[in-house]
Amino acid sequence: MLGLYLHRESPVHRWPAGVKLGGLLAVTAVVLALPGVWGALAAGALGLGLLPAARLPVATVLRHLRAPVAMLALLFGVQALLAGTGWEAALVAVLRFAALILLATLVTLTTRVTDMVELFERVFGLLRPVGVNPAKLALMLALTIRFIPLLAEQVREVRMAQQARGVERSIAALFVPLLVKIFTMADDLAAALEARGYDPADRGP
Amino acid sequence: MLSTRDLVLCALFAALLAGLGMAPPIPLGFLPVPVTAQSLGVMLAGALLGARRGGLAVLLFVLLVAAGLPLLAGGRGGIGVLMGPTGGFILGWVAGAFVTGLLAERFATGVNPVRLFAVCAAGGIAVVYAGGIPWLSLVAGMPLEKAAFGSMAFLPGDLIKAGVAAFAAAAVRRAGVLPAHA
Repeated sequence: MLGLYLHRESPVHRWPAGVKLGGLLAVTAVVLALPGVWGALAAGALGLGLLPAARLPVATVLRHLRAPVAMLALLFGVQALLAGTGWEAALVAVLRFAALILLATLVTLTTRVTDMVELFERVFGLLRPVGVNPAKLALMLALTIRFIPLLAEQVREVRMAQQARGVERSIAALFVPLLVKIFTMADDLAAALEARGYDPADRGP
Repeated sequence: MLSTRDLVLCALFAALLAGLGMAPPIPLGFLPVPVTAQSLGVMLAGALLGARRGGLAVLLFVLLVAAGLPLLAGGRGGIGVLMGPTGGFILGWVAGAFVTGLLAERFATGVNPVRLFAVCAAGGIAVVYAGGIPWLSLVAGMPLEKAAFGSMAFLPGDLIKAGVAAFAAAAVRRAGVLPAHA
């Protein structure tokens, strides 16, 4: 599956997904709880320290950061220009989130999609007592990944058909055939799953 | 309990959101910015699948984005996007689809486009903004009312999407492909 993950032989890549995501949440909580700019600077230093440890190409990381950081800078610029006062608070907020987005990007770039999905399934497994079935969630996530190329192709086909008829500017003309197709496909796919022995009443392992 | 067909439908809608993000944006004659259809898909998931399945479909999509698949419009993805300035809107999609579905199950079970528009706007705009604006305010360190004011720039486009979602949902319901309990 084509994800944002970038494979390198590094200790950061080998850390379990749960450690990385848990660490990110913990750092986020600490940075947001600490007053002033120190939390942001510490998180930023941590991110810059992890960057060489993860052996990631700096240019790729910067490309991922460009859009959110540009937007943060723009939001800060507008506030500093228009508001005049109170720009210090905005600067602290923007620096905090720039550092946190760097750390979050590092987690995404060093963790395989399959490992993250497995982690989510384990976390949702904790909700089993309130009626959540992690086996069903796992199946749905796997089905979604399988269906993405299928649906991307359907969207492309319907849009080409619209262009041929000169209605490419109508969004309704895109959605109605797509949705009708989805509902009819669902019947066939559900029948195919049950024909292969899938039992929706099975509570899973 | 979710039937096999429900599981498949949720996965198909989640994949539809991804497919919409990969398609080039749709140009609208009268708007300067092209429309990305993903937030429209969120409204339709709620309106056509109902609260539970609609919310679940969008949750699957957001989980895969968080897992590192570049499924958001423009090929964006990963936890960094969810933590960024617009992250609250994307997380708000899950609640938005759920509330759209909840309201549709109560007030818009037929093919009346006005009722469908109202539930799509309430869930797909009001609830989504209620998640997005406070997060934007926190991330950018801006007062809540300024974050709300800035977000109003997207309101005309989102209202148009709610209108399109209402007409599309009515047309799909008239097509008679929905299961009896949806």
